[in-house]
Amino acid sequence: MSRRSFAPKVVTANHLLEGDVVYLSAADEWVRDLSMAELIDDEAHAQLRLLDAEKQRNVVVGAYLADMAPTGAGPVPVHFREAFRASGPSNRPEHRRAPPAPATPDPIVVPRSDARQTEGAL
Amino acid sequence: MYQYDDFDRAFLDERNRQFRAQVERRVDGALTEDEFKPLRLMNGVYLQLHAYMLRVAIPYGTLRSDQMRALADLAERWDRGYGHFTTRQNIQYNWPRLADIPDMLDHLATVGLHAIQTSGNTIRNVTADHFSGAAADEIADPRPVAELLRQWSTDHPEFQFLPRKFKIAITGSPNDRAVTRSHDIGLRMIERGGEAGFEVLVGGGLGRTPLIGQVLRDFLPRADLLPYVESILAAYNAAGRRDNKYKARLKITVLEGGLDEFRDAVEAEFPARRAAFTGVDQALLADITDFFAPPAFRDADEGLLDAARAVDPVFRAWTDTNLHPHRRADHAIVTLSLKAHGATPGDATAEQMRAMADLADAYGYGELRISHEQNVILPHVPKDALPALHRELKAQGLATANVGLASDIIACPGMDYCALATARSIPVAQAIALALEEREAEVGQLKIKISGCINACGHHHVGHIGILGLDRAGVENYQITLGGDGTERAAIGERTGPGFPADRIVPAIERLVDAYLDLREDADEPFIDTYRRVGMDPFKAALYDQAGDTAHAA
Repeated sequence: MSRRSFAPKVVTANHLLEGDVVYLSAADEWVRDLSMAELIDDEAHAQLRLLDAEKQRNVVVGAYLADMAPTGAGPVPVHFREAFRASGPSNRPEHRRAPPAPATPDPIVVPRSDARQTEGAL
Repeated sequence: MYQYDDFDRAFLDERNRQFRAQVERRVDGALTEDEFKPLRLMNGVYLQLHAYMLRVAIPYGTLRSDQMRALADLAERWDRGYGHFTTRQNIQYNWPRLADIPDMLDHLATVGLHAIQTSGNTIRNVTADHFSGAAADEIADPRPVAELLRQWSTDHPEFQFLPRKFKIAITGSPNDRAVTRSHDIGLRMIERGGEAGFEVLVGGGLGRTPLIGQVLRDFLPRADLLPYVESILAAYNAAGRRDNKYKARLKITVLEGGLDEFRDAVEAEFPARRAAFTGVDQALLADITDFFAPPAFRDADEGLLDAARAVDPVFRAWTDTNLHPHRRADHAIVTLSLKAHGATPGDATAEQMRAMADLADAYGYGELRISHEQNVILPHVPKDALPALHRELKAQGLATANVGLASDIIACPGMDYCALATARSIPVAQAIALALEEREAEVGQLKIKISGCINACGHHHVGHIGILGLDRAGVENYQITLGGDGTERAAIGERTGPGFPADRIVPAIERLVDAYLDLREDADEPFIDTYRRVGMDPFKAALYDQAGDTAHAA
């Protein structure tokens, strides 16, 4: 694959103890904030960074490379699955870590009145 | 209800001690993830999208009030204040920390609950009719047999590494509320010539290859149950495919080899296994049956219910939808809806769980049930207690009068939680429930079931309207099936055609409901009957013949 066609990536995994989503930073730290992840635009470097991650088998579980789009605010997920991993479940906004990216509004509009919010299982 | 004896307690304590040590070895690095994963799965611990998930079995859907309070404790002390009741009569906690899970399991053990075999290629939680022991139409309470199966299957050394997971469901009523025809083994309690026995179904299942279970034995004498079920498992264990996980379920074994070939294999196993059961199982069953003696029912004044219905239309609407006939005329089976419009189907907060436990104690002899339809049931409520119960349920947001209606939707966790999901389910369920809220009473009985991937945890194949969320070129897309049925008239739904993107699935469902209201003969003809009478074409036309609303090919 030529360098030109390589989609930029981040290394991501779940934290062994917490189970939550983490990303590998350029400083070799596992961070929760996607904007602090190392955005990798070279395939060979990506494979090396994945190996670095897999060595930390007692810190994280299931490391892999996830496609990202570069933006001024840092990497943004290309696929909706990664977007949910980054933001948290859409049905419980209070458990979200980060707001969904403004560029991808939620297509399923769940109208909510205040009354419903208090009646629903919050 | 069944109470653990010293043997059960010692077994569970030892198992929990082992798992605690396994977690410690994983955390300190002595075990790799590859080594640890099968161990955690055997104990119901998954790693999901955002966190670990602990799946706790609620055997045959039966809970005592103290057990429900323990479930609330787990939600509050080690999770984020809520739990999710599933389509297999389990409860899932979505946010536990790995190191806390041994404490959670120890707490569950204090009330005789566990997470053993809620995952992995083992015999899973045995499910049963959620109205067991209470329904007016019941031949016999299936729960003693379900408990016998639970004890037999738990840690059964021969069946810890099956080709794939294995699910058993049992009903004691001719009206099948346990979806027995969609299980690896479905057991229907029947009587023949005054003798009690079972009709044994095998090879049912949903997932990527949905199949309706077939009759393996039309009448199995009651005393032959364990040796016969064991023979089925042994035949499957030997013949089930291990080369391809998508072809490893019993349904594929039966499909590929044929029912007769599988029956021959089972019958070949049976004599030796029957001989090995010397009657100890029947003695055990007799002991277990004593635990399921009905509570000491009090007499209730039925007149009070009619009087309350006459003056309170909200109460009347709730009694119209959320009650089911009890075997005693002065009692009712009450379903507490976990489907408030716009809420997540099957979710309950710790506060709600405690409230339900308190209400079970106050009005229902301390008993609860969990349904595969993700609701909670008080199986025995004296009819004169219903008005007071309803008042208290309203205060907890648990009095939604929608059981069996369009908003009583089954939905799997979908991509909001599940690592396997290909699309979200929950927001689709929330949006449909809100969209149909105003007219669902007019629409009547309608089962909508939503799965977020082909594995079909949301039972979409047996929904009158089934919805399957898929990933089509990186976008959520929803396929619709019609005509599915999970009851004794079991049927697999038929696909309507191309799927709909996320922003068009709710209007599509509304068009189906519009079409039904136009097509039905009268208000007494439910959706499923109209569909069976008129077929797919008019519904297809309603879905796809809309200018400017062309569905995206899927």
